[in-house]
Amino acid sequence: MTEQRVAMTCEDVRFRYRGDAPEMRFDCAFPTGAVTALIGPSGSGKSTLINLIAGFETPDEGAIRFGDRDITQEPVSERPVSMVFQENNLFSHLSVFDNVALGVSPSLRLTGEDRGRVEVALAGVGLSGYGGRLPAQLSGGERQRVALARVIVRQKPVLLLDEAFASLGPALRADMLDLLASIHDERHMTTVMVTHFPEDARRIAAHTVFLADGAVVLEGDTASLLDSETAPAPVRAYLGEKEEVSD
Amino acid sequence: MAGGLALVPAAFLALVAAGAFLPLAVLALPDAGAEIGDALGDPVIWRALRFTLLQAALSTALSLAFAVPVATAFYELRRFPGSGALLRLFVLPLALPQIVAVLAIVGLYGEQGMFSRLAESAGLGFPSIYGLTGILIAHVFFNMPLAVRVVLGALGSMPAEYDRLAHQLGMDFVSRFRFVVWPFMRPALMSAASLIFMLCVTSFTVVLTLGGGPRATTLEVAIYQALTFDFDIARAVLLAVIQVAVTALAFILLTRAGGEVSAGLTLGGLRSFPMRRSLPLRVASFAVILIGALFVLAPFLVIIWRGVAADLPGLAGQASVRAAVTTSLVLAALASLLAVTMSLMLATGIAKAAAARRFSGAPGKSERLLGQTSSLILVVPPVVIAAGWFIVIRRFGDVYAAAPLMVVIVNAAMAIPFAMRLLLPAAMSASERYDRLCRQLGLAGFARLRLVTWPLLRRVMWLALAFSLALSLGDLGVIAIFGSQDVQTLPYLILQRMGSYRTQDAAGLALILCVMTMVLMTIADRGGRLSDKNRENG
Repeated sequence: MTEQRVAMTCEDVRFRYRGDAPEMRFDCAFPTGAVTALIGPSGSGKSTLINLIAGFETPDEGAIRFGDRDITQEPVSERPVSMVFQENNLFSHLSVFDNVALGVSPSLRLTGEDRGRVEVALAGVGLSGYGGRLPAQLSGGERQRVALARVIVRQKPVLLLDEAFASLGPALRADMLDLLASIHDERHMTTVMVTHFPEDARRIAAHTVFLADGAVVLEGDTASLLDSETAPAPVRAYLGEKEEVSD
Repeated sequence: MAGGLALVPAAFLALVAAGAFLPLAVLALPDAGAEIGDALGDPVIWRALRFTLLQAALSTALSLAFAVPVATAFYELRRFPGSGALLRLFVLPLALPQIVAVLAIVGLYGEQGMFSRLAESAGLGFPSIYGLTGILIAHVFFNMPLAVRVVLGALGSMPAEYDRLAHQLGMDFVSRFRFVVWPFMRPALMSAASLIFMLCVTSFTVVLTLGGGPRATTLEVAIYQALTFDFDIARAVLLAVIQVAVTALAFILLTRAGGEVSAGLTLGGLRSFPMRRSLPLRVASFAVILIGALFVLAPFLVIIWRGVAADLPGLAGQASVRAAVTTSLVLAALASLLAVTMSLMLATGIAKAAAARRFSGAPGKSERLLGQTSSLILVVPPVVIAAGWFIVIRRFGDVYAAAPLMVVIVNAAMAIPFAMRLLLPAAMSASERYDRLCRQLGLAGFARLRLVTWPLLRRVMWLALAFSLALSLGDLGVIAIFGSQDVQTLPYLILQRMGSYRTQDAAGLALILCVMTMVLMTIADRGGRLSDKNRENG
């Protein structure tokens, strides 16, 4: 935790999946130590943007900066980020403990102190005593908690969530968001959360970035950006459509 | 009812396989028991059994030992220019007639072979190709690529997130292999191992041509020798019984390990993953893939090289060659048509039975029974079946006149498990997706076949047909027993020319046979990829 917490910025990042695919452009900044929601219609480039930040895709042009540090070309494992996917965050053949411990040592060579840290992290997400279980023996929500425990032990300053709670029911999703909020209160990670539920953004994200057609359209304060009265036209169109056809 | 229709292929397979046991009935005459009792004391039999198991175990171990690094290297590099072509190259040994491969391997590693001369000029001794060494090289050539494909198929089923996690967590190559790759590779290796063991236990052509004398003879080759040279029926029968016992055991192992005889036939592509590996790792991976690819490719190059050097126009002018080409094509066409027809009936029958149990869960009795019938031919290998029918027919009539019929029937039976592997999933998904809709619309019988089943199965059927054709074209087992001056197929003719040391001729014929099967496999592969693509989009 010695690393200085600095905001993440995307400076005119250009990317296309194939030569003939439409070009995406991302120009945005994520405030230090805040939770930012990434919302927008499907196909708008939300996941692409965080994959670029995590290093799973490489920009064709532009730069991604973590504070002053240009991380555009940095190897995935050296970037200051942890990512939680919608599913398959845990290796199904490894125990819950090992899955978290991989965040401490990727070769699972652990000291006694390391083991202690893993146990503390598991307790922190409400899963003490679950270390010996296999992921298949947990519920979907519990598996995501384990993934968050690993995020805690990794101590990276940035947390990316790619619709991490989208497959959970409404009550469980709210619980997970509350857990996320409490982790955030404690650690103040710069958190970027892809979601297609506006209420998720309203619940824990102070800042919102709205994407459409592979570009950042708007960014700002969640309360005003997502308010049905004050929201700008593109967001209103998205919200209206969204809430009528809501699943 | 289609359930009734599925009984036709089931009965066909049962009848064909029963041929293996008929001689037992024929021999159940006075004195026969004593004869078999005498044969029991024959050391040749036990030596053959021991060698069968030994070479199969060694072949399996070596194939896997080479497949693990190659598959790992493929996995590490994922997509690179030519990776798709290389993986397709790895299917070809599966369809290459064994006799052709044997010729190529002799050309490479034999006394005058390029590789062995290279080794000698480097001051290294190279053991004789005839005997265990040659058999192992041939078996690794056939089965290493198969194991690579089986393993890559399993790795392809790994969730995409695992790759990303492994890299984000900063795992090095060793940790990645231990925690991510190996858990997916291990079960695939188990099923590949049991599959390869099964294939090697019933390997006939390779051992017949590369096995040297009594010290390197397997059960199947011993059966062939007992029938064609020694005319020792009692010994042949005993050998056949032991062979069936061994394959039955191997088959139980195979199903226990969750393997499938036709695994590796189809392969979904590996997801591309634009992750930069470290330079040493990339270099090492490329080197491993290069060595593996050369090992698989070299025999094909030798076939072309030596085949072109042969007097091809002269060969084409020979009446015996033209007759063999025609016979091969006609018999293989009939066999593959029969195989695909039978498989289609069986597959739709199983799909129907499966549709009927949709809400009850566990597979019904008839469904399981039908599913097992195509495996019958694996437990009772073609050479054993051919031997059984040979002994029986010889009692009652002209055995060589029955040759075309036997070749067609046994080759068809042999191709059914492979055709089923392609047809069954398609038939199942057709029935799963549209069965209820068809019943609601009252779409049944011929109309359903024409409007629903045929368009969905058309592509896989061509694929199954091409693969069955290639398999039948290359088979030597049945014709080796039933062949004569009157009925000769190309592989049989090659065997004869090899036997009379007309190596040039054999090389030329091998090229012709190789081109015929490879053209078919290319068509099959293309059709398969098209149908895969369709399934993705559909």
